[in-house]
Amino acid sequence: MNMPQNLGRAPRRILVPGITALALGLALSACGASNEGSSSGKSAETLDGAGSSAQESAMDAWRSAFQKDNSNVTVNYDPSGSGAGIEKFNAGGIDFAASDSALNADKGEIDAAKKRCGADAIEVPNYVSPIAVLYNVQGVKDLQLSAKTIAQIFDGKITKWNDAAIAAENKGAKLPSTTISPVHRSDESGTTDNFTDYLEQASEGAWSHPADKVWPIQSGEAANGTSGVVAAVGQGDGSIGYADLSQAGDLSSVKIKAGSAYVAPSAAGAAKAMEASPVEDGRPESDIAIKVDRKSTEAGAYPLLLASYLVACPTYDDAKTADNVKGFLSYVVSTEGQQAGADNAGSAPLPASLQEKAAKIVDTISSKG
Amino acid sequence: MSSTVTRTRSPRRLGDLVFSGAAFGASLTILVALAGVAIFLIIQGIPALGAEPSDLNGKPNLLAYTAPLVFGTLWAALIAIVIATPLAIGVALAVSHYAPKRLASPLGYLVDLLAAVPSVVYGLWGIGFLGPRLVPPYEWLDQHLGWLPFFAGPASTTGRTILTAAIVLAIMILPIITAISREIFSQTPRLNEEAALALGATRWEMIRLSVLPYARSGIVSAVMLGLGRAMGETMAVAMVLSASGVVTFNLISATNPSTIAANIALSFADATGLKVNALVATGLVLFVITFVVNFAARAIVSRADRSVSR
Amino acid sequence: MTTTAPPKGETQHHEHVPLRHPRLPRWAPLLVAAMAASAGGLLALSLGWGVVGWVIVAALLHLVGLPLWSRVIENRRAAVDRLVTSLIWIALVIAFIPLVSLLSTVVRNGASELTSTFLNNSMRNVIGEGGGIYHALVGTLLITLGATVISVPIGLMTSIYLVEYGALSRLASAIRFLVDVMTGIPSIVAGLFAFALFALLTGDPGIHFGFGGSVALSLLMIPIVVRSAEEMLKLVPTDLREASYALGVPKWRTIVRVVLPTALSGIITGVTLAIARVIGETAPLLIIAGSTDSVNFDLFHDQMATLPVFIYYSYTQPGLNPEISRGYAWGAALVLIIIVMALNAIARIVGRFFAPRTGR
Repeated sequence: MNMPQNLGRAPRRILVPGITALALGLALSACGASNEGSSSGKSAETLDGAGSSAQESAMDAWRSAFQKDNSNVTVNYDPSGSGAGIEKFNAGGIDFAASDSALNADKGEIDAAKKRCGADAIEVPNYVSPIAVLYNVQGVKDLQLSAKTIAQIFDGKITKWNDAAIAAENKGAKLPSTTISPVHRSDESGTTDNFTDYLEQASEGAWSHPADKVWPIQSGEAANGTSGVVAAVGQGDGSIGYADLSQAGDLSSVKIKAGSAYVAPSAAGAAKAMEASPVEDGRPESDIAIKVDRKSTEAGAYPLLLASYLVACPTYDDAKTADNVKGFLSYVVSTEGQQAGADNAGSAPLPASLQEKAAKIVDTISSKG
Repeated sequence: MSSTVTRTRSPRRLGDLVFSGAAFGASLTILVALAGVAIFLIIQGIPALGAEPSDLNGKPNLLAYTAPLVFGTLWAALIAIVIATPLAIGVALAVSHYAPKRLASPLGYLVDLLAAVPSVVYGLWGIGFLGPRLVPPYEWLDQHLGWLPFFAGPASTTGRTILTAAIVLAIMILPIITAISREIFSQTPRLNEEAALALGATRWEMIRLSVLPYARSGIVSAVMLGLGRAMGETMAVAMVLSASGVVTFNLISATNPSTIAANIALSFADATGLKVNALVATGLVLFVITFVVNFAARAIVSRADRSVSR
Repeated sequence: MTTTAPPKGETQHHEHVPLRHPRLPRWAPLLVAAMAASAGGLLALSLGWGVVGWVIVAALLHLVGLPLWSRVIENRRAAVDRLVTSLIWIALVIAFIPLVSLLSTVVRNGASELTSTFLNNSMRNVIGEGGGIYHALVGTLLITLGATVISVPIGLMTSIYLVEYGALSRLASAIRFLVDVMTGIPSIVAGLFAFALFALLTGDPGIHFGFGGSVALSLLMIPIVVRSAEEMLKLVPTDLREASYALGVPKWRTIVRVVLPTALSGIITGVTLAIARVIGETAPLLIIAGSTDSVNFDLFHDQMATLPVFIYYSYTQPGLNPEISRGYAWGAALVLIIIVMALNAIARIVGRFFAPRTGR
């Protein structure tokens, strides 16, 4: 019978090229990516952070600068939303968190963070950015609205773009009769928290819901993350939404009424509003939270801003983690880091007084024992 | 002859024992794995019974959290089946009875190509190409058929509605239903087909009389397998749908129910504590539903097999 | 003898029945299609409806016109038959439109991204231009390799049990049935299972590592491997086995040295198809393998990037440069489709050219 011999050759025909292919593949995979230094992969240290998606662009700049200086450290940042970041930090799953709203005492977040760290958690502001109200309406270039009108639009009380209330504030603009399509965040977000806080405080009662990380109204288009909102507004004619200015791209922003003038969103405007706002009292020494004055009448101030924080522990079990967290956070709050963030993300660098306070607090990070 | 024939038992070789043991062990591993899926999901899901509304997106209890998701899953899958089944049967008939013999195999291969595309690429296509293209038809539907509860509108401006997601799902399950139906149609006894034709039936009458009656249970099981696949599909729905977790029959607006799988995919990265357990609990519900549907589908097929092969 | 005569009224009726009834010419459907296309074109042009409107109107005209003409010339049954034929061809065309549209969209958007930088760089320290998918390619390769290493031995040994040892036993039919049902497990459930398993085993509620992804993917691969291997093993002629037994070869050696080599090409085909099926799975990897910017060669520690998850995050969280990020997503999608198509093609080639001659 010559069948076994024929069959003997066939598997060999497959096995030999198969094995060589596998060997080649493994050899190739042992080489690193061409843009990574040869030290990657050797005793690589990883830092894990998560939280605010508004900070994403600035975080990219900070991470890349830090990783360039410390090529054996990889900093991972998951922009999954402020709420998720705080929860993960309190549960011990990540090394640092970024949140658009300070730890909330009422929700027990300060206590939970204290429990995770074994001592009062560190919280410093590191990112100040204007929240833009983005819109996409054909033929309308400069839209100016007061907080009251904005609240009514997002609450569904004003449904068409050529409504009298909008026309009253925009004399001379050609407003079409398109239906307004409001876009909000579907995930828990500090941007939502800051936006609803602004509406609650400045809309003179037109907004009846308390400030919250979760959007309180069910109707309207729901988008995931800052980029989701920007994409949704960009795709839909007649849409209006709120998102961090740094990711707004080409979309037009509304000029909001502050005092008696209409102010366009800008880093400088946000910085002015930030400087005019007081620090919250009643918090631990290592925790700086700013109570933003949404009704600020300071000249040129843009009060619809997002003050975003970094949350970390004052001590870590692992010496390497403590070193890396300290190094990374120090870079972020330094003047150099703040400028890099501003260049890349259009944010406002921290005012000098805040920046000094933050740097001092971050300096106290150390390892246990 | 002086030698006695002694009956010797062939020694149980070690190799045989080891090998057969390994084979049996592997099969048991599969059973254990399947049971393990159920067990681990239950272990991780049970704590969610005590979850607070803050973990459940504001819903009062686990049931109120899961029910709208189950509705969304079934609703999207149902629409997908309604769109895909006539198309799939048409394509299967085309390949088995209408296309010239030379074209049949390449055509079948091309339809199977639809199954090879990864679901995340379907999601990209749905959100980047199909959604925006569907906005004018949605507006037309809103204007002309808005009195129907399905098209009550207002039409979404981005096209990210449950109807778009269902269309993408329909395209994804089309190859499954087509492949199984095609096999069933080509297994019709030639004798019955020839007999119908000999009696003067047109091609459609021949199909109606001799192919479809035998294929009924097979088509049912194919549709159920497609249903199971549609219910479990995650990425395409997660990317395409603008979901708010409401229960509604409105197909073209921006507020849509979410499906279990899409909800898990979107919320898992954000979730901690009891929220994770709640998501695992919804995953368990999905597992049970798809298991039951697949079980029933395979049972129908095996019963049909037994009745056909006398 | 009684003569049976048809009732009076019927005779006239049957006098002129010809043996063949009039039929439409063979080129009738093509003529109607051409006329429908031109009429539809005129209508669409005058109403300003564009290409899609033109096609829909032409199809409707064809669907109405041909059966109507057939009804007049031939008879009602023929008209119904022509209607169904047209519907079926239209269904075929509709089924192919998404495939063509999808492939052309991916190629159109992704082809310009395929540079050597793209294939050799990771996303570490990259803001905007200069990034690549190297880290995702490595992650996909390692995780899929891990899944194959788990599922091929288990799947192959199970199919050997089903064909060689268990055969007609009730346990074997139960296993076969359950394996079939297993093909329907949603991929996200497999991911949740891997997460639940490892969260319990390691006590870490935020566990992320590549091997967990391999476990989840193997849960999806095993049913495919088992079923296709079983089919291939069943195809091996019993004579071969019996000849081997007759020569005194123990059963396990027969399986390893005779049956498996015969079925090998079919088994390789099945395994390749299983790999092609799971290499594009996103959901379980989102849950358990996570995502990162840098290359990670360690399956057992830290997050690992994979192609499908890279595509998902690049498109839905593009960050500062949305066009560049989305471009990466399309490029990675094109690479993924090429890999899957290549695997499918390899499977077919192996199946066709390396199949042993089972006939004499």
